[in-house]
Amino acid sequence: MTPAIEITGLKKTYTTGKNTKMEAVKGVSLTIPQGEFFSLLGPNGAGKTTLISILAGLGVKTEGTVKIHGVSIDENPDLAKSFIGLVPQEFNFSIFEKVLDIILDQAGYYGITRKDALPYAEKILKDLGLWEKKDQQAQALSGGMKRRLMIARALIHKPQILLLDEPTAGVDVELRRSMWDFLRELNASGTTILLTTHYLEEAEQLSRRVAIINNGEIIEEGSVQQLLSKLHFITLHLDTVESITEAIMLLLRGEPLVREDEHVLKLTLKPGATLNEVFRKLSSVGVHIKNVRTTGSMLEEVFIQLIEKKNS
Amino acid sequence: MKSPIIVGYTTMVRKEVVRIFRIWTQTLLPPVITMSLYFVVFGKFIGSQVAPISGFTYIQYIVPGLVMMSIITAAYMNTVSTFYFAKWQRVIDEILVSPMPSWTVIAGFVSGGIIRAFLTGVLVVIVSLFFTHLAIFNFFILFSAAFLTALLFALAGIVNAIYAKSFDAISIVPNFVLTPLTYLGGVFYSIHLLPPFFAKISLLNPILYMVNAFRYGFLGVSDVSIGRCFAVIIAFTLVMLLWTLILFRTGAGLKR
Repeated sequence: MTPAIEITGLKKTYTTGKNTKMEAVKGVSLTIPQGEFFSLLGPNGAGKTTLISILAGLGVKTEGTVKIHGVSIDENPDLAKSFIGLVPQEFNFSIFEKVLDIILDQAGYYGITRKDALPYAEKILKDLGLWEKKDQQAQALSGGMKRRLMIARALIHKPQILLLDEPTAGVDVELRRSMWDFLRELNASGTTILLTTHYLEEAEQLSRRVAIINNGEIIEEGSVQQLLSKLHFITLHLDTVESITEAIMLLLRGEPLVREDEHVLKLTLKPGATLNEVFRKLSSVGVHIKNVRTTGSMLEEVFIQLIEKKNS
Repeated sequence: MKSPIIVGYTTMVRKEVVRIFRIWTQTLLPPVITMSLYFVVFGKFIGSQVAPISGFTYIQYIVPGLVMMSIITAAYMNTVSTFYFAKWQRVIDEILVSPMPSWTVIAGFVSGGIIRAFLTGVLVVIVSLFFTHLAIFNFFILFSAAFLTALLFALAGIVNAIYAKSFDAISIVPNFVLTPLTYLGGVFYSIHLLPPFFAKISLLNPILYMVNAFRYGFLGVSDVSIGRCFAVIIAFTLVMLLWTLILFRTGAGLKR
């Protein structure tokens, strides 16, 4: 089957001054099969938005090839664009327009008449909880509603590929989870999704495959499981019943434990190592564990370790 | 079933027309008021003291030029403001991500400018009828001159908006280029009344040809031959069209 997105040797250089240039994307190659839920992770300025902009036709590449459903963006850009729906990072609709008009106008740009687009516009606005706001000007919407409006707008022409650039930035937890459910359903119905996000939990929860991009280069790519297997260590925080004294720490010498607080120990565990040995040792010195916490998502640990490794 | 390109184009035009009427106090009313003042001050108060030009009263002579002036301003201001605002808010991305070909997008924006220019022109003509009697000498020339000029300045508005990096940049051309050229473009006088040197200099002003072609359509008189007028207008329009198409093709000022 033709891949949904096929990127080969993609480069993008910005001219930043008279004689200065900045290479935002440095020869990225990436293949995303149809029906995939793919996440692109990376810190600010890594090149995520630049990459998405080129795919959507908003950016001009310097080098490389990009094919959308087998169609080159150089040879037939208009056809390539017809496969894509874009949810950008920043709000980019007229705040003076009514919600329904924004959706129906977007349908018009894709060659769908207002009359033909209306039933589907009603469906997606209802699915995203915006139907009751259809006659309101966009400026009256809350931040979360504006984000959902951009998703509805991107879907009105039923694209085969949905590109989402940090879609849940600034969205509260409850709404974020409802948007995840919506995206999961959309992906299950066959839409290929490429997501960039800062929320590593988001990528972990939603995607089957992940690529980590840093300084314009893909530094790791694979399934979530494959990436997690690259963890060099796992950090756990153990809340103790007893106070951790210096004497106890002396008894625990040699164990991968560091005192963080009077009642908190940090455990750095190598993949494959078990907790039993550590817990047995803690019991033997009279320390009881009442809670075990992680610092964040497992993927976040991979992310941090990979970026640190690359930078060093 | 309508062609997708036609649907895209009509969507853009509908949006433009809705906008023009939604903010009619900014788009349609100001030129009507300004031109009414011109008719009163220059046409009635001062014009009554001025000798006829080419057999027409002064107010009859200046009305076509003033209508053309409002057409030029309306066509230019519509595209420059709509396009720049769309660029500034990144609303233009809604269109750039769509599969609409560049020429359709240009046609959509330009049509908005032409529609506003024609609405303004018709309103100014109606207002002028309160001050003087007007007859149409040649409707085809009148319409062609108005259409091509509106097209030219609607395109020029897009070019200005693409290059503009701030709101100041979209007012520089209207204030420092368009207004002086229009005032010196034979709106208020025939160049035959000028000393030969200034008459020759005036021939370098493209707006002179637009004003005279339009005046010919109304009154049947022109300072320069009508063929020359259209040759200049068409040449400038083609250059501007090519310029706009190149800017869209390369994405300069539009794409990242």
